[in-house]
Amino acid sequence: MDAREIAERLQAKFGGDSVTVTAPAVGDAAVVVKTALLLDVCRFLKSEPELGFDYLRCVSGVDLKDRMESVYHLYSMKVGHGLVVKVVLDRAAPEVASVESVWKSANWFERESYDLLGIRYTGHPNLERVMMPRDWVGHPLRKDYVEAESYHGIPTSRPDPVGGKDA
Amino acid sequence: MRQLADALLVTLLGVDPATWPYAWVVYGAVMLASAALAMTFVALFAGPVTVVERRVAGRMMSRIGPNRVGPQGVIQWLADGLKCFLKEDLIPDAADRPLFRLAPYLVFGGMFGTFVVLPFGAHLVAADLNVGVLYLFAISSIVVVGILAAGWSSNSKWGLFGAFRSAAQIISYEVPSALSALTVVLFAGTLSLQGIIREQGGMPWDWFVVRTPFTFAAFFLFFTSALAEGNRTPFDLPEAESELVAGYHTEYSGMRFLFFLFAEWANLWIMSAVATACFLGGWNIPGVSPATIDSATGLSFWGLQLLSFIVFAAKTSALVFIVIQLRWTLPRLRIDQLLEMCWKYLVPLSFACLLGVMIWAWGVTVGSLVDLGMRLVMTCVGAGIAFHYARRVRFNYMADRDNYLKMTGKELWYPPYRLP
Amino acid sequence: MLEPKAVPIDGMLRINMGPQHPATHGVISFIVETDGEVMRKATADVGFLHRGVEKMAEITSYPGFMPYTDRVDYLASMFANHGYAMAVEKLLGVEVPKKAEWLRVIADELNRIASHLVATGTMAMDLGAFTPFTHWIRERESINDFMEHICGARLTYNYMRVGGVCADWPVGLSEKILVWLDHFEPIIEEFNRLITGNEIFIRRLANVAVIPAELAIDWALSGPNLRASGVPFDLRRSEPYSIYPELQFDVPVGQGTQGTVGDSYDRFWVRILEMRESCRILRQLLAGIPEGDFKAKVARTLKVPAGEVYSKVESARGEIGYFLVADGSDRPVRVKIRTGSFTAVALIEPISPGLMLADLVAVIGSLDIVAPEIDR
Repeated sequence: MDAREIAERLQAKFGGDSVTVTAPAVGDAAVVVKTALLLDVCRFLKSEPELGFDYLRCVSGVDLKDRMESVYHLYSMKVGHGLVVKVVLDRAAPEVASVESVWKSANWFERESYDLLGIRYTGHPNLERVMMPRDWVGHPLRKDYVEAESYHGIPTSRPDPVGGKDA
Repeated sequence: MRQLADALLVTLLGVDPATWPYAWVVYGAVMLASAALAMTFVALFAGPVTVVERRVAGRMMSRIGPNRVGPQGVIQWLADGLKCFLKEDLIPDAADRPLFRLAPYLVFGGMFGTFVVLPFGAHLVAADLNVGVLYLFAISSIVVVGILAAGWSSNSKWGLFGAFRSAAQIISYEVPSALSALTVVLFAGTLSLQGIIREQGGMPWDWFVVRTPFTFAAFFLFFTSALAEGNRTPFDLPEAESELVAGYHTEYSGMRFLFFLFAEWANLWIMSAVATACFLGGWNIPGVSPATIDSATGLSFWGLQLLSFIVFAAKTSALVFIVIQLRWTLPRLRIDQLLEMCWKYLVPLSFACLLGVMIWAWGVTVGSLVDLGMRLVMTCVGAGIAFHYARRVRFNYMADRDNYLKMTGKELWYPPYRLP
Repeated sequence: MLEPKAVPIDGMLRINMGPQHPATHGVISFIVETDGEVMRKATADVGFLHRGVEKMAEITSYPGFMPYTDRVDYLASMFANHGYAMAVEKLLGVEVPKKAEWLRVIADELNRIASHLVATGTMAMDLGAFTPFTHWIRERESINDFMEHICGARLTYNYMRVGGVCADWPVGLSEKILVWLDHFEPIIEEFNRLITGNEIFIRRLANVAVIPAELAIDWALSGPNLRASGVPFDLRRSEPYSIYPELQFDVPVGQGTQGTVGDSYDRFWVRILEMRESCRILRQLLAGIPEGDFKAKVARTLKVPAGEVYSKVESARGEIGYFLVADGSDRPVRVKIRTGSFTAVALIEPISPGLMLADLVAVIGSLDIVAPEIDR
C-alpha cells in the first residue's frame, strides 16, 4: 500500500482534515498527521492487520527555520511495506505525544531528538539527554543554536594554532 | 638439604658431620644459601618463562612476539623488570595504605613458602618435611589473604570484585586439589613429597598416574584444580581483563605490580612441579633407583643429583608448556559455571577417586598380576592421549603451512623449531 | 550522558563500567547496578564520541560530506558511504552506471566480511580467548590491502561518490581476491575448530540474553542481531537496492543451534554464516565485472532539488539509514543517520536484569556495538 491509500484509510477513520499527504517532485511521500492525533494514528497503524506497522525504524527531528517536524519511518514486517509519518510542530514550543508506548524503539530515538532539537515528547518515560551532558545548555541541531563560550570552565573554542586568528 | 650438607662436609673438609663440633655453622650457611638459591631459581624461572609464554602465544596467534631485546628477545624479561623498577609507585589516595603495601608481599610470601618442600632433585630440597603435602596446601593459602588484601585495600570496585572472585575460587578449588593429591598419599603412605617420589620409579609404568584408573583421573582433576588455584585461563576470572579491567591488581603499578606477576609465573612452576612430584615420577631417573643415588659418593653423587634435577625440570617444563598452550586456546568460564564445576563435578569425582584408591590399595598388592596388568593398560591409555595430542598439534601446524603455501606460493616462513 | 550518582543504593553496588574499559568496544559507559555478580540493571551511557556529524552535514556541501560518513562507523564505513550516496542520488535522480553498482557491492561485501571478522573476533576475546581474534585480524589485513588497492585507504575509505565510485577497478585485483577467497573459506572452518565448537565458549553464550523476535522488532533491532532472533529481514532481500536482486545468496537466521533462538550464540553464529554468504556473493560478482563508466556525469557543485528521502543500506551492524532533507541549495537542511548500534545499545537496559556481570560483556560483544556509530 502506498502513502496515498494509507492516508485515505486514516481519513476514513479519523476524519478528513486529520491527515494530508505530501506529493513531492523528488523523494518520499509522507503522511502528515495532526499533532494531537499522532498517538491514536500510530496505534491504529500498528494494530490494523492490513497495515501492521510493527517496526519503527527511525525517528528524526527536523528544524526548518519556520517550523519543526518530527518524522517517523515505519515498516511492516508482516505486510512488507513502509510509510513515512510526519507531524508539524510549533517551533517556539515543539511538543508532541511520545509513541514509546506503541514502539519501544522510540524510547532512544525520541530522547535523541529531544537532546539535539529540543522537541518535547510528552508521556515519554525517561526523556533525558542521550548525547550531550545533562547540564548542557541548548539543543545543538537547532538552526539558531549558539554554542556557549565555555562548559564548566572548559572553553569551547581554542586559539588557532597556526595563525593568530581565533579558530 | 641435610644429606647434601653432610656430603659437602665429607667431600670438602673430610670431617665426620656427626662428631664435628662446628657442623651447625655449616648447616646454617647451607640453609641461607638454599633460600637464596631458591629465590634465584624463582627469578630465573619466572622471568624467562614470561618470554617463553609470549613467544609461544605469538606462534599460536600467527604473530612473532617480543624479539628485540637481546638475541630473539631472550632478555625481554630483564627489560620489563627494569621498567617496572623505574616506574612510579602509585598508591591511590583512598587506598588503605599499610594493607596496600603489605598485600604483594603476602602473595609473594605464600608462593615462595612452597619452595621449602618442593624438591628439585634427589637430595635437592630445602627441607624434606614429613608433612610436606599438608604444608604445601597450607602455605599456598596465604596467597588468598594477600589477594583479598590487595583487592580490598585498593578501594576500587574492580579490585574488590577480583578479590572476591579469587577468594571464592581458590578456597573452592583447594578441596578437589587436596583430595586428588591425597590419592597418591594413600599409595605412598607418607605426606613427604620426597617420600612420594621415592615410592615411584623412573619408568612411566612406575609412576603413580598409571597405577590405577583412579590416580589417572586424579591427575587430571589435580591439574585442573591447580590451574584454577593459580588463576590461569580458563580460570583467570580474578583478573579477567575484559570484565574486571585487571581484577585485584587494577590499582597497582611498578614494583608492587611486578610482585603479583612474579608470583603468578612462579606459580606455573609450582603447580607443574607438584603434579610432576605426585603423579609423574618426580626426579626419578629411568633405570636408577633412589637407593643407588643415596649410596653414591663423590663425583657420581653430584652427577646423579644434576641428572635428577634435569629429569625433574624436563617433566615440569613440559607441563608448564601445556599450561601455556591452554591459556592461549580456551575462553574463560563464568563465575557460576566455575563454582558449579568445582562443587558439582570435581569434588565428587575426587572423592570417588580417593575411595577407589583406598579399595585398590587395600585389595591389590604391589607387584601382583592385577597391578602389573593395570599399569600396562593405563600406560597405553596415557601414551594414546599423548599421541593424540601430538597428532592434533601436527595437524594444525600442517593446515597452517598448507594455507601459507596456497596464499604465497612459498614454504612456511619459519618452521616450529626455528624462531624467526 | 549521565552523571555518576554519589547516592548509594540499598544493598547494591553501583559500578561505572567504562568509558575506559577493555570490553566496551570504544568509549561507551555502562552504569551497572549489581548484587554481587548478578546485575540488577545496566544503563548504557553514551555520547562520549558525539562529534556532531549531523551538524557538520548542515555546513558542508553534498559531496563534501562523504568523508565524514566514514567516521560514522569506522569498521564498516563502506556502508555509510553507500547509504549517503544513494540518498543524494535519489533526490538528484542520477542513474548510477552498472559497473559502479558492481564495484559498490563488491566493496560492501568485502567490508562486511572485514567487519564481521572484528565482531566475532572481539567477541571471543571478550570471553577470554585471545587467539581467534589475532587469526581474524590476520585475515582482515588482506581485506585492508584490497581496500587500499580499491580506494587508497585502509579504514576510512571515502570510496563512493554521488553517481558512482571514486576510481576504476584496479587491474588484476579480481584474481587476487579470488585466491584469497579460496584461502579464506577453509580458514572459517579452522576458526570453527578453534572456538565455535568450544564447550566453554558455547556455555558462555548459549541461552544468554535471549532476545525473542517480538522484542527485537519492537526495539527496532536490525541486521544480524534481528536475524539471529529468527526474523528473516535483510534489506538486501526485503527492500532490495543496487544489484542485490540479481545475486544468489541466502539470508541466514538464528536457529537456536546451541540453545534458544535469539541467544548470544545465535548472534555469533549468524555472523559466521553471513561471511560465507558474502564469499558467495563476491565470487558471483568477481566472475564478470561489466564494462563501462565507474561514475555518472555529475556536476562538481551539487544543487539538490527540494525534497526528502530516506535511503537505507544493510550494513554489517544492521540498517544504516540516511534521512536527507534538501531545500534546493548546495547544502542539506538535515541529515539524520540511523544506525544499527544505536537501537542495539538501547536494548541493553531492558535485557540486562538477572544477567551476570560477565554476561554483560558477552552481550555487548554479541550485539556488536561500535561506539562512534551510536554517538555519531
